[in-house]
Amino acid sequence: MDARRHQLNVQLAQMLKGGVIMDVTNVEQAKIAEEAGAVAVMALERVPADIRRDGGVARMSDPAMIAEIKRAVSIPVMAKARIGHFVEAQLLEALKIDYIDESEVLTPADEECHIDKKLFSIPFVCGARNLGEALRRIAEGAAMIRTKGEAGTGNVVEAVRHMRTMNRGIRQLAGMPPEEVTGYAKENGIPYELALQVRELGRLPVVNFAAGGIATPADAALMMQLGCDGIFVGSGIFKSADPAVRARAIVKATAYYNDPEKVLEASMGLGEAMAGLEISQIPKEQLLAGRGW
Amino acid sequence: MGDRTLSAIGVLNLQGDVAEHLDHLARLGIEGTPVKEPAALSGLAGLIIPGGESTCLARLMRTFGIAQAIENEFRRGMKIWGTCAGAILMAREVVGEAPCLGLIDLVIERNSFGSQLDSFISEAVIPRVSERPLPLVFIRAPKVLRIGPGVKELLRIDDYIAAAESGEALVTVFHPEMTPSVAFHRYFARKCGLDPYGPDLQPDVDPKWITTSWTRLARII
Repeated sequence: MDARRHQLNVQLAQMLKGGVIMDVTNVEQAKIAEEAGAVAVMALERVPADIRRDGGVARMSDPAMIAEIKRAVSIPVMAKARIGHFVEAQLLEALKIDYIDESEVLTPADEECHIDKKLFSIPFVCGARNLGEALRRIAEGAAMIRTKGEAGTGNVVEAVRHMRTMNRGIRQLAGMPPEEVTGYAKENGIPYELALQVRELGRLPVVNFAAGGIATPADAALMMQLGCDGIFVGSGIFKSADPAVRARAIVKATAYYNDPEKVLEASMGLGEAMAGLEISQIPKEQLLAGRGW
Repeated sequence: MGDRTLSAIGVLNLQGDVAEHLDHLARLGIEGTPVKEPAALSGLAGLIIPGGESTCLARLMRTFGIAQAIENEFRRGMKIWGTCAGAILMAREVVGEAPCLGLIDLVIERNSFGSQLDSFISEAVIPRVSERPLPLVFIRAPKVLRIGPGVKELLRIDDYIAAAESGEALVTVFHPEMTPSVAFHRYFARKCGLDPYGPDLQPDVDPKWITTSWTRLARII
């Protein structure tokens, strides 16, 4: 990927700022999401809550289904490839979708290497639990980051943990004398040049959305107030009682995250949210956020 | 309605590349105001509707009474510039869907080039804006297909119009706020009756601009 293509890909993510990206599994859901004001949709066969329930190996979705969703909407379409599965990524690029999510929600194909995203023209978004992980993905060519959270749980606690951890890392770097950066970068596995850039900017150099467990307008506003640039909602919308109403409410709360009266108004009468999972009740080997490094 | 200084340009702050526009206005010494509430429109010389997703912006603008307030201020004399999604919202006719604000007589087609892989960077001379070539960033851009009487074409490329204006409104399907050039922001500021730093004080291209310049404003909006 040349530098200009990478710049365009980072800039598309900048256009999504302040918006909500919604998981959809068919054309009907994609249209509901678009109509509700989603800035992009993530096309996948099963939302994370169902992937969690079903177990087994989760792979890239059927390209025919992704293509059908792409035809149905005019907003950007994203789809997931397994961590390290560069051929799934090649197929998604050939399908000419707008963004690839190299995602821990699918079963990793490689436990050592992530995809060399610099070989592609299509942009990638990758998950991260902390600053080091985010910057390693950016070094590999990611144009956008999302905090991982714990997908499919309807429980925002992990998303909050990852966002706070990321912010803490950024604050540490920003307040650090330059001679300490080398050691910090080494310890945290951060490419030195990117560490310097974060120190200078006081934030990630690309857009960072929150993901994993966001189920209510208040969850979305919470993540925005913690400093993310936008929101991914996976299972939270189409596993709730009234997806169209909830989708619109989360879009409003994300735009007006600093206005409690508007978030309150958006929170009224939404019907039941998705059922949530206590993280401590999930067997360790079934936690998704630990996939990738 | 009296008591207006008319010195600031607002940037609609619902979703999209708001910080990027505010950053460009600041480079020209123009006061930029993020606009999230109808009341914030009052007293603005101009308004920029940024890039983002037009369906999202349209829904929020209607829900919170901002669309109506923009129409009112536009009739009062506030100038409006729409970039990309903003241009779609301003068009009188949008191919295949209902228009939103309908403030400029043109027909526009959403996402007219294809997927993100079809986004591109080019350059062109737009004589009314600057005598030097301007960098043009097209990101999942729309195309203006036709313009009505009273609307002037600023830039035509192949079979479509990329920039156009009326007396009160300006549309670009590309993103000047995503480039080091401040020429379009200066052009719009003058259209609003403001006096940005002149070309003698500052050339079109701000050498201090870098691709991450927007981040310095990302937290305060």
